[in-house]
Amino acid sequence: MSQTQTQTLWWASESFWKKMAVWITAGSAVVLIFLTFDTVKQITAGGKRVPAYSVINNRIDYVFDEKRNHQVPVIGPEEPLFGKKLTEEEAMALVSKGKLTTQAKNCMNCHTLLGNGSYYAPDLTKSWLDPTWGTKQLREQQMVDFLMNPQDYLYNSLGRRMPNLGITEEEARATVAFLKWMSSIDTNGFPRNFKPIDQTDPAPDAAPAAPADAAAAPVQQ
Amino acid sequence: MAALGTLSSANLNGGQKLAVKFFTVAIALFGAQVLFGMLAGIQYLKPDFLFGILDFSVNRMLHINALVVWLLFGFIGAVYWILEDESGTPVVGLGLGNLMFWVFTLAVVVVVLVYLLVQTGPGELKSIWLINEGREYIEAPRWADIGIVVCVLIFFYNVAATFMKGRFTGIGGVLVFDLVALAGLYLAGMWYTPNISMDQHWWWWVIHLWVEATWEVLVGCLLAYGLIKTMGVRRKIVETWLYIEVALLFGSGILGLGHHYFWIGTPEYWLAIGGFFSALEPIPLVAMVVHAVFDAGHHKMKSANHPALAWMIAQAFGNFFGAGVWGFMHTLPQINIYTHGTQWTASHGHLAFFGAYATIVIAFIYLAVQKWRGNVWMSGNMAGAWRWKWAMFLLHAGMIGMTMALLIAGYEQSHIERAIGGSTWMAYFEAQAGPWFQQAMTWRMISGWSFAAGFVLLAWDLMTIGKRETRPAQLPAAEAAAA
Ligand code: HEM
Ligand code: HEM
Ligand SMILES: [Fe+2]
Repeated sequence: MSQTQTQTLWWASESFWKKMAVWITAGSAVVLIFLTFDTVKQITAGGKRVPAYSVINNRIDYVFDEKRNHQVPVIGPEEPLFGKKLTEEEAMALVSKGKLTTQAKNCMNCHTLLGNGSYYAPDLTKSWLDPTWGTKQLREQQMVDFLMNPQDYLYNSLGRRMPNLGITEEEARATVAFLKWMSSIDTNGFPRNFKPIDQTDPAPDAAPAAPADAAAAPVQQ
Repeated sequence: MAALGTLSSANLNGGQKLAVKFFTVAIALFGAQVLFGMLAGIQYLKPDFLFGILDFSVNRMLHINALVVWLLFGFIGAVYWILEDESGTPVVGLGLGNLMFWVFTLAVVVVVLVYLLVQTGPGELKSIWLINEGREYIEAPRWADIGIVVCVLIFFYNVAATFMKGRFTGIGGVLVFDLVALAGLYLAGMWYTPNISMDQHWWWWVIHLWVEATWEVLVGCLLAYGLIKTMGVRRKIVETWLYIEVALLFGSGILGLGHHYFWIGTPEYWLAIGGFFSALEPIPLVAMVVHAVFDAGHHKMKSANHPALAWMIAQAFGNFFGAGVWGFMHTLPQINIYTHGTQWTASHGHLAFFGAYATIVIAFIYLAVQKWRGNVWMSGNMAGAWRWKWAMFLLHAGMIGMTMALLIAGYEQSHIERAIGGSTWMAYFEAQAGPWFQQAMTWRMISGWSFAAGFVLLAWDLMTIGKRETRPAQLPAAEAAAA
């Protein structure tokens, strides 16, 4: 800058901006820390937004809410995962095992979870509710079978398959528990306009649920 | 003293001798990044390619981890590069710094070998400690995390102690403060929780507060030094700008963190806070462009190092477009609900990381090779100047091509999978199979080949530029004397 003017204006001076830098940074950091305390409280499992792990004992749905103008998770009647009701501690241990499996198997480097991760494979946020699993009755076993031998299933015309990651049956069941629990998190309506699997109970006299309809069923190779 | 034009460490000060080691590893890792990116990109088109041997997840993990680590090595190198000059005294504890370099490099090699050979582990804590943590960008296993923290502490000691012994310039002050924040943030990503919302909440502290706050400020420091060095801009002007940048970057970027808290279970107030503050984030990036371009123009682009100056200008624009424009496009929640976690995100991630960070590290490596060869001429009429120009062109053509292709894929995906299909598995694959998407993947690969060719040329140029040059460097304009 040419030095025709002999004196720097106050608002262009180094000392003014140095003070601004310090105060603005400190101010933003304080606000962030303050908000973080509240956020951490709200997202601790067991709250309204992030339910307790024992929520896997219940049906979880994703239903449009008029007031919020988007879908929200709804916790329904008792529907224990794999037919076995768990205590809070047992549920937490199972979900945790599932979460560890997703980390050790590197799921996030193909999939997104809550929309974060990679884009090579579908988002898993509401995977528990995905119509791909056929029917509510088949879902749990379908998911376990798939996770243990994904290379045998082709869900698309692209030839893109999930590799065999050496997931054991125990790990597969835990992963399903983790996915079920994750689907209960209040994500402010993400994913939007999602079409969940039908979870209504068939009328008592109705015939047993039909197998997955042809379009949604995995193609076994 | 070695003859002009030959590489000789006698041309470098202590910190700079260490810096060139970091730069060498950085370029090697950059090469690895390109290689694994290409493999992952090919798998989008040919899913059976290396299926069950090097799966997409492995290639992608190596791609982005190599990216993060080469940039960190580049930054550490760049800081050692400027340290003695800026503080006016030899690096304190240089021996420790050297040891740290070898430990860090060895750790990286072991981590990569485990990624390649072991790949995954059982669903137990020990996998996270020994194999990989399975959390994007910071997959490094816990033992390596601890090693990284120790290395960074040594690095920080070198920097802080050296400035304390010599003089604390404005650049030095900002730098030291920024490094404390940068290193401290890493700790936020180092613990296990079964709660995925809590996990991602803290994960973003590392990722976002690195790339959109502390890394930006670090680059601001490096650029400030670079402008003084290549063009002789007056220190007072550069440092005033640096403070302005810090105020604007931290003022928008810290609370801008909220744009990652829209959909992960975090409270609704983040929709407003994150949307608002992140929308301000492009402002400092505009300021940085104005600053760099104004200074370059004011000095009539007269510079002692043409490739370095060109890459610094590229940084200013790349940062503005990649982070500022591409980031802004999807940062409001009304848009992000459809684009979140699509190829749109990948488009932004590529242009932003390349434009803001790869460029500045490359600029510093050009500064380094110049001095390493005895401060040779690197202005007009250089022998073999086509190489750096073509490397720069091919890298940019490749990057812009990839970014555009991914953006088109992102539009298609947001529309077909998200808006219409409601994000089910079926909708996902319907979008992936669409012709616009598939063509975009092909164009991404074609652009990827251009990028890869540019990388090869760049590596070759860095090894040879200035060789046998006998003219000494053009001196920066007179203003430097007043600094
Ligand atoms: C030959 C060039 C390259 C190719 C073919 C390539 C390919 C890829 C592929 C296939 C992915 C995975 C995307 C997904 O999850 O679906 C990816 C991710 C990524 N790449 Fe590259 N890449 C290249 C160069 C680069 C460069 C130069 C940079 C930065 C300097 C970069 C930064 C990234 C980042 C940050 C991600 C993660 C994006 C996200 O999660 O949103 N890549 N790349
Ligand atoms: C140099 C600076 C920046 C870099 C290197 C960068 C890089 C990235 C990367 C790699 C991601 C994907 C993360 C993932 O894998 O999940 C991302 C996400 C995002 N970035 Fe940036 N970014 C930068 C600056 C900005 C700025 C300035 C804005 C806003 C104005 C912005 C807005 C966003 C948003 C909204 C997302 C979330 C995308 C989604 O929902 O999927 N970024 N960024
Ligand atoms: Fe961000």
